[in-house]
Amino acid sequence: MRPSHLVGGKTMKTTIPKEELVYSGHLACQGCGATLAMRYTLKALGQNTVYSVPACCWSVIDGPFPYTSLQIPLFHTAFETAASMASGIQAGFAIRGKGDINVVAWAGDGGTVDIGIQALSGMVERGDNVLYICYDNEAYMNTGIQRSGSTPVGAWTTTTPPPHFKKSPKKDMVAIMVAHHIPYTATGNIAYPEDWIKKVNKAKEIVGPKYLQILASCPPGWKHSSEISIEVVRLATSTRKWPLYEVENGNYKFTRMTRKFVPVSEFLKLQGRFRHLTEEEIDVIQLLVEEHWADLCAKAGIENQFADKLEGYTEKVKKHHPQWFHIEED
Amino acid sequence: MRKVITGNHTVSYAAKITRSEVVAAYPITPQTQVVEKISSFCADGEMDAIFIKVESEHSACAACIGASAAGARAFTATSSQGLALMHEMLHWAANARTPIVIANINRAMGPPWSIWTDQNDSLSQRDTGWIHYYCEGNQDVLDSIIQAFKVSETVSVPSLVILDAFFLSHTSEPVDLRDQKLVDKFLPKYEAKWKLDPKDPHTYGGLTGPDRYYELRYNLQKDFLRVEKVMDKVHQEFKELFGREYGRVEPFMADDAEILLVVSGTISSTAKQAVVDAREAGLKLGSLKIRVFRPFPFDLVKKYLKGKKAIAVIDRNYSFGGEGIFYSEVKSAMYDEPHLPIYSYIAGLGGRDVAVKDILAIANLAKEGKCDHPTWWGVKL
Repeated sequence: MRPSHLVGGKTMKTTIPKEELVYSGHLACQGCGATLAMRYTLKALGQNTVYSVPACCWSVIDGPFPYTSLQIPLFHTAFETAASMASGIQAGFAIRGKGDINVVAWAGDGGTVDIGIQALSGMVERGDNVLYICYDNEAYMNTGIQRSGSTPVGAWTTTTPPPHFKKSPKKDMVAIMVAHHIPYTATGNIAYPEDWIKKVNKAKEIVGPKYLQILASCPPGWKHSSEISIEVVRLATSTRKWPLYEVENGNYKFTRMTRKFVPVSEFLKLQGRFRHLTEEEIDVIQLLVEEHWADLCAKAGIENQFADKLEGYTEKVKKHHPQWFHIEED
Repeated sequence: MRKVITGNHTVSYAAKITRSEVVAAYPITPQTQVVEKISSFCADGEMDAIFIKVESEHSACAACIGASAAGARAFTATSSQGLALMHEMLHWAANARTPIVIANINRAMGPPWSIWTDQNDSLSQRDTGWIHYYCEGNQDVLDSIIQAFKVSETVSVPSLVILDAFFLSHTSEPVDLRDQKLVDKFLPKYEAKWKLDPKDPHTYGGLTGPDRYYELRYNLQKDFLRVEKVMDKVHQEFKELFGREYGRVEPFMADDAEILLVVSGTISSTAKQAVVDAREAGLKLGSLKIRVFRPFPFDLVKKYLKGKKAIAVIDRNYSFGGEGIFYSEVKSAMYDEPHLPIYSYIAGLGGRDVAVKDILAIANLAKEGKCDHPTWWGVKL
């Protein structure tokens, strides 16, 4: 740690624990959001933790055998088994009287919303005491930026090249988890570590299945420079494209409220993966933001301050882009 | 305690008596009674285990691997399509060196749907790095599962214990369920050689380059070479404690036989009757049951087949575009005996009955040197 006098004699006070369980020397790309997600998560969880990690960027980031960059045991597993492997690990600990260990399934978005969704669904339905965390960089980044079910509308990937960019909406995994009657689920964003750590701490205390999804920027996949990684994801939340909220026993609650309208184009324009989009297409994305926001406000039982935007963009899109109401992927 | 029970319930009792701590299973015909009984054992507190009712066999195998990695003894049972779905995780279990045991009820692969016995499900898993036991009777099922845990945990290689659909799974036989104290003496509580432990954190299965992966697989094979010795020792210990004798193969009137049948699974007991009948009719027939298929008992097959007039391998399986799978293995074992005629007979696929008369007819074909390489015995054309 840097002595405080070197940074002007003052340090900012945060609730982020100082303990570091991610070492330097890992293999992440510059500006990797998934690495920050891991770092903050382990700060909250502490050392009494075991990870089940399927194929994902973290299969590589941790380091090649015999190296590791984590201070906790990590069991690498097959792509679709983050949840089922974690269930088994948890049971193995529980039967030996070590049920207090935090068992975490740590997977990317493809491993969660696509190939791993069955095992995750089973784990949550059974009520296994596992914390499932999806670090969401919105495509199969480790294999070279192919679209996943978590890739947003409009995005370029290597398998959705314009004009055949992603036409179907991002899978709403949190809603899917709520439909499982999960005790606790929440969204997170690496640009808001204190919010995230609170959520991980809360999840840690709950016995049963927990699902958290943290948006993690990916400079090579999102096509932005690495030094604006935090700026980009922060805009995801301030434009309400990735709202921060939690659902506890079915009760929705925003953990960060947005009052000021920031158009989603502010988020999109920083990233090469959206550069092909026309103004009209961006309007469609704005409409999806408004629809999701309105839905969340209704669920949280609060007034939607952006109701006029929903109305305005509905009219706009209907006029310019009627086909968007019958979305089909090319 | 002797009890008249089905092969399926024998598997359930085996899970209980081996004190399996985590069972993760998914139902499939004809295995369902295995998991039903284990469920009630767990519910009644007769078995101190956690039963994870997973949503697929793929997850069942993954959960068993996880439990084993956490240091617990893990068990599951499946069949056919279920085993095929596990395939990826079978490799994972073996390569992660987790000593789990799976009972597989041999059932034909679809389509068309079939629930009857056939070995193609388990033989398709030949190269996954597991020990394979083929069982002849229900007592064999119980004892093989007890032994399998001991062998697996000694060498850190998982085991597949295989029994025929319906001919064993749903057939009741008297089974000596063993004294729990004796089983505990034979198979003490599992002490993992390595396990997931936050106090001693390690990463398992991380990315490994060509400079190291090769050696890891060499080490697995090196341990497989130890399996035979470990098994022979375990069989000896088992005999001393329980009074029942097992080997990697089982010869039946083989020593003085001129024609030798090579068989596996329930066909083995039918073959024994055929041998007795043939002897009465003046044909010097014998049989050799392959009980352990992996590691393949090359030494014992050589020993028993050497000097015979003819060998008839009966395969309840087929490698399409190839040949009977046991036949391939037996030929490979007898490479140094080029003048020994080894004939291949396919029989009983999809649960078609293989009766004593069928085996006698096959033996007579072999005696006369008649074989179409292979002969699909009884196929209706």
